Amino acid sequence: MHSSVHSSSQGSDTTSQVLAVPLREHKGGLMIAVKATLVRDLTLLLRRRGEVLNPLVFFALVITLFPIAISPDPELLAVIAPGLLWVAALLAALLSLDSLFRSDYDDGSLEQLLLAPQPLAALSLAKVAVHWLLTGLPLALMAPILGIMLALPAGSYAVLALSLALGTASLSLIGAIGAALTVGLARGGVLLSLLVLPLYIPVLIFGAGAVQAAIFGDGVAAHLAILGALLAASLMLAPWAIAASLRISING
Amino acid sequence: MSLCLQARQLACERDDRWLFEGLDLDICSGEVVRIEGPNGSGKTSLLKILSGQLSDYQGELFWNGAAMKEAREHFLANLLYLGHAPGIKLGLSPLENLAWYQALSGENGNEEQRLDALERVGLAGFEDVPAGQLSAGQQRRVALARLTLTPRSLWVLDEPFTAIDRHGVAELERQLVAHAQAGGCVLVTTHHELTASPLLRRISLG
Repeated sequence: MHSSVHSSSQGSDTTSQVLAVPLREHKGGLMIAVKATLVRDLTLLLRRRGEVLNPLVFFALVITLFPIAISPDPELLAVIAPGLLWVAALLAALLSLDSLFRSDYDDGSLEQLLLAPQPLAALSLAKVAVHWLLTGLPLALMAPILGIMLALPAGSYAVLALSLALGTASLSLIGAIGAALTVGLARGGVLLSLLVLPLYIPVLIFGAGAVQAAIFGDGVAAHLAILGALLAASLMLAPWAIAASLRISING
Repeated sequence: MSLCLQARQLACERDDRWLFEGLDLDICSGEVVRIEGPNGSGKTSLLKILSGQLSDYQGELFWNGAAMKEAREHFLANLLYLGHAPGIKLGLSPLENLAWYQALSGENGNEEQRLDALERVGLAGFEDVPAGQLSAGQQRRVALARLTLTPRSLWVLDEPFTAIDRHGVAELERQLVAHAQAGGCVLVTTHHELTASPLLRRISLG
């Protein structure tokens, strides 16, 4: 085992070599980094449209098959529609999670992200935001159209879209923790689902509950408020958990 | 002003095998330090520990005399790490890739700087080609363009010569030495034989 020769007691300090590249103090620029990460991930995903369309196609297929398989009876469908729409949207969002950090891990940009002199939590939040913009939001916008297929009663469409928009944001945040934890594993997909699904259940209950309440004419505000609260809690806690999970994965 | 990365009694264990033990290192301004050793001797692990990516090790790290834990932010602001994987997004053009790296350090930069950096690594004319269509060597060159684009005093380079042609290797070697002469510091692993230079120091593992 070699050990190096100690350059004796910092003589270089007094001779004070002039650095051509002076030592830098860390000086902010967090917004620049976050914005660049948003732009980069959006560009990348929009260039690989297949990946963006996958969850949407899955969502549409599942919802199309249900009336065929169960019964076209509008009264029966209207009862189960909120649950169906929500479960299908949740699974579609789950499907797309595995790729969230995967390509960054494979091509080495994840280690660069970790070594950036910026808080990792903020940068990973930017990545999650892109995931929601291109998965959760389109799912929420698409759901009312698929609701027609399930004979969803009029008046609940806005609530459906709103509850999904709020809910999928929480799903993206929570799911990203799982994605970060399993990114180092060759086949992390199944493990990811197992890790994340239990945490999805509260969002599912209140999301589907909001739509049901709208159908029965009950107050919707309480359900939406709880969805909002869940989102606020995940917004506060998830970024730190994602950052910590990424560090663990890189260490492995 | 000078910089100094120190390690004391560094030890790292992988799969019940000690990669290295009791390693003392002083890496200071004006040096090109080459880590040598056969495959699997822990060169990459050592670089990852020294660049603060692995926390699974024993011993202590100091940056300019301060414990790494406290000095981490300052350390990261002065570190440029190029890993085994070049960290280049294949779906983005070299220009877009570099723009992200520049922004990561908190600078907006401008296109002129990026074009200039690409030209210096011999990629003039490939600025807007998706990196996926470039050869492995050209992708590596995009990563190497960061050396001039985002000046940092400490370079930690893991096999930077991979897939680079002979002319490029000579050019990069000159760049490493010039960086050390200017008071910077280079930590490098490579299987390629570096030309002897008074600034070059070797550390052998395994």
